[in-house]
Amino acid sequence: MIDKVDREIINSLQEGFPISALPYAAVAASLGLAEDELLQRLARMKEDGVITRFGPFLDAAAMGGAFCLCALAAPEDRFDEIAAKVNEFDEVAHNYARTHRLNMWFVLATETEAGIAEAADAIEAATGLAVYRFPKLREFFVGFRVAA
Amino acid sequence: MSISAEDRQLIAACQAGLPFVPAPYAALAEELGTSEAEIMGRLRALIGRGVIRRIGIAPNHYKLGMTANGMTVWDVDDEAAEELGPLIGAMEDVTHCYLRPRARPVWPYNLFAMVHGGTRDEVEEKRARIAELLGDACADSDILYSTAILKKTGLRLRKNGG
Repeated sequence: MIDKVDREIINSLQEGFPISALPYAAVAASLGLAEDELLQRLARMKEDGVITRFGPFLDAAAMGGAFCLCALAAPEDRFDEIAAKVNEFDEVAHNYARTHRLNMWFVLATETEAGIAEAADAIEAATGLAVYRFPKLREFFVGFRVAA
Repeated sequence: MSISAEDRQLIAACQAGLPFVPAPYAALAEELGTSEAEIMGRLRALIGRGVIRRIGIAPNHYKLGMTANGMTVWDVDDEAAEELGPLIGAMEDVTHCYLRPRARPVWPYNLFAMVHGGTRDEVEEKRARIAELLGDACADSDILYSTAILKKTGLRLRKNGG
């Protein structure tokens, strides 16, 4: 498992990694570690799956695509069938079962704005259920920070 | 906003992750047949334009012991939401905070905040803190726990076009 030093590394690297010739050395120095040790710990945490990803995070919309959180109310006895139908769509990037009458929440990712409505309409047709659409109107973005 | 073929190539090259070597940007430059200065300049420009939000780590919440996560949802006066949203987005362990349209009568909520914690009790505590912060501006709220991941492909950029 991870120790206190690993947690400090995770906390410090969630906010931003330097763009400089020797960025790991700079981060290591700020944490009071040797560059080598930082690199080894990062590699181990990546291998163990503690770090899901390390690198640039894209603003999806800035890349020209469109995204929309959607939800539907799947009857319990048809839940698996509906999930399979929804997941068949390539436009569905994630899909989660959640505790609510709206019990299936998924994100549509398409190349264009128009693609969102097309995909949502197609899912309605395939499932016979209303697909509620919750596009992002405003984002109160500060960070993805969790306290490790 | 669109991005150049060079930027797309750079983003695709670092999508799997930055290498764990002392000079990662030089390593990327070598892979792409360009200079370290060019790579660093382009990354800075992409951050400046907001295409890249940050360079950093995405921890696995579950491996950190944060096995509970709840999507808290709030019916907040629209004007007040503009003011209060940033405060909620800034809270520790709130990873996403968005204003979205309501879908009455099924869905009266317009403010969404994803909350992480070690246990559901912890998540509920944080939810209570958000409720306190919203005060009278909030008419109704709920929390949706995820019970299963049905699909997770994530967002990947294709190497060509798109």
